[in-house]
Amino acid sequence: MKPPILELKNISKHFGAIQALEGIDVQLGQGEVVGLMGDNGAGKSTLVRIIAGNFQPSAGEVILAGERVRFASSAGARQSGIEVVHQDLALCDNLTAADNVFLGRELRRRIGPFSILDYRAMARRAAELFSELQSETRPNDKVRLMSGGQRQAVAIARTRLSDARIVLMDEPTAAISVRQVGTVLDLIKRLRDRGITVVLISHRMPDVFAVADRLVVLRRGRKVADKPIADTTPEEATGLITGAIAVA
Amino acid sequence: MSPMPDTILRVGRFDPAEFAARYAAPLFLLLLIAVFTALEPRFAHPLNVFNILRQVSISGLVAIGMTFVILTKGIDLSVGSLLALSGLVGAYVAKGGLDDRFALGGAATAANPLFLVVLAALAAGMLGGAVQGLAITRLKVPPFVVTLGGLTAFRGAALLFSGGGPISGFSADYAWWGQGRIGMVPVPVVIFLGAALIAHFVLTYTVFGKHVYATGGNERAADLNGVPTRRVVFITYVISGFACGLAGFLLSARLNSAEAVAGSGLELTVIAAVVIGGTSLFGGVGSIVGTVIGALLLGVLTNGLVLLNVSSFIQQIVIGITLVAAVTLDQFAVRRRQAQ
Ligand SMILES: Nc1ncnc2c1ncn2[C@@H]1O[C@H](COP(=O)(O)OP(=O)(O)OP(=O)(O)O)[C@@H](O)[C@H]1O
Ligand SMILES: [Mg+2]
Repeated sequence: MKPPILELKNISKHFGAIQALEGIDVQLGQGEVVGLMGDNGAGKSTLVRIIAGNFQPSAGEVILAGERVRFASSAGARQSGIEVVHQDLALCDNLTAADNVFLGRELRRRIGPFSILDYRAMARRAAELFSELQSETRPNDKVRLMSGGQRQAVAIARTRLSDARIVLMDEPTAAISVRQVGTVLDLIKRLRDRGITVVLISHRMPDVFAVADRLVVLRRGRKVADKPIADTTPEEATGLITGAIAVA
Repeated sequence: MSPMPDTILRVGRFDPAEFAARYAAPLFLLLLIAVFTALEPRFAHPLNVFNILRQVSISGLVAIGMTFVILTKGIDLSVGSLLALSGLVGAYVAKGGLDDRFALGGAATAANPLFLVVLAALAAGMLGGAVQGLAITRLKVPPFVVTLGGLTAFRGAALLFSGGGPISGFSADYAWWGQGRIGMVPVPVVIFLGAALIAHFVLTYTVFGKHVYATGGNERAADLNGVPTRRVVFITYVISGFACGLAGFLLSARLNSAEAVAGSGLELTVIAAVVIGGTSLFGGVGSIVGTVIGALLLGVLTNGLVLLNVSSFIQQIVIGITLVAAVTLDQFAVRRRQAQ
């Protein structure tokens, strides 16, 4: 395995009485693409949000590049080079594409004593990112009026704002066309080639098997499989997800 | 970068409901002005115009604060009571107590300098807003419930604090803030328009303003993207409280009297102004410009109907219908948005 950029040690998370994750150990290698699968409610998004600083784990450690970290918010995780495409994209429909891309890390410029939003710079940068993603998304359009593919481009563009080390994608291909799925998978490969670690959550077996180096399966908050993609099959993965195969 | 098909699509996406929701209020305002001017010569007289503006300025100030709150999908029902309480606190400080509460006329001497009075009124308003903001963001009690409690509790506190009676008769420089003019323009109007400018700037050009819209649009998404949504919501209630404090001070200065019953029912006028101005009760959509127009619209409507000797009962009916029409338009726009 490649040297780990991120290690999760014995991570647990409960919400009141709900035990969402229990004793999760995972290592992510640099430039590795990890497919994270599991049934609805298995805990995938919870795991992603812990890594991304949205949630704090109830127990366990997150170790980033050899150092123990505890992010108080997503801002901290972003500063450490962790970027996320959230499930359902986490967009504000009432804002423009550029506003959404920069949400939570808006560009500002100074006018005298005031620090004001730099709309021009944000629109320019957002336009660059959209064309990089080969998306016909205009920065100043409201997200509310956008197609599924354009919305997704907005969410993905966020991850390209800074030099990410880890990109977490929570069902990025859930609501888009076959052609657009191809674009996302290509992007994942490009990220990997640049040494960026990608975690891909998907319910679509072909996507995971097309790009992932390794497969991790969660079931009811526990890790039941963690193996190279070459050593497994879609059939086995399905069995692990449903519980027909207990553990691998 | 912008290819042809998109341009065509964009034109195809023109939305009449959206257009109506956005421009109905200013168009209706212009229509009212035209009709009243035609029917009643006194209406357009500068004195009457400033009269309208002065009447609008107190509720308009509160409406500016309310706009922040409603943009985050909240509501502040406590504004009228909080206005009364902060006005009394300011008056109390001005008098240095309740002893000569009934002293009349400009001859009254001030026990404390004016800036302390203003500070006390603003602090009372902001404190009231902060307490409610904490209950909403920390204890997760719905804003409607918290501020309904505030509506009752602050009124009770005002009555208790004042012993039921008014505190009246302030120094001349106190009264100037409510009754004076700068050039031709009444002081409260200058403050209202100044506050509107600042609020507009904050909402449009600052990170905080962007976060207000983001929180109202999709709080969960804003949260996931690192927007401190709880802090944002908390601050909007403090802003609303600040507006109540300022308005309470100005009203007491204008009437030369602070009373526990001041601003009764104000919340309805203010929410009406905000909503008529196109700010959505569903959060995330609206503007200060809209609120100013909504407040002016209500002021013009009331003033014009009074000048035309229309009974106050009918006035209430007209205002009620206007309000429902505005919300109906907003609902249409929301449903369109969801259909897309
Ligand atoms: N903020 C929260 N508060 C309470 N319970 C939560 C919260 N977030 C997640 N859960 C619970 O934790 C469990 C795991 O949820 P999670 O969203 O991580 O599942 P998932 O694997 O991403 O599912 P899906 O495939 O449907 O997205 C579920 O039982 C869910 O109800
Ligand atoms: Mg999920």
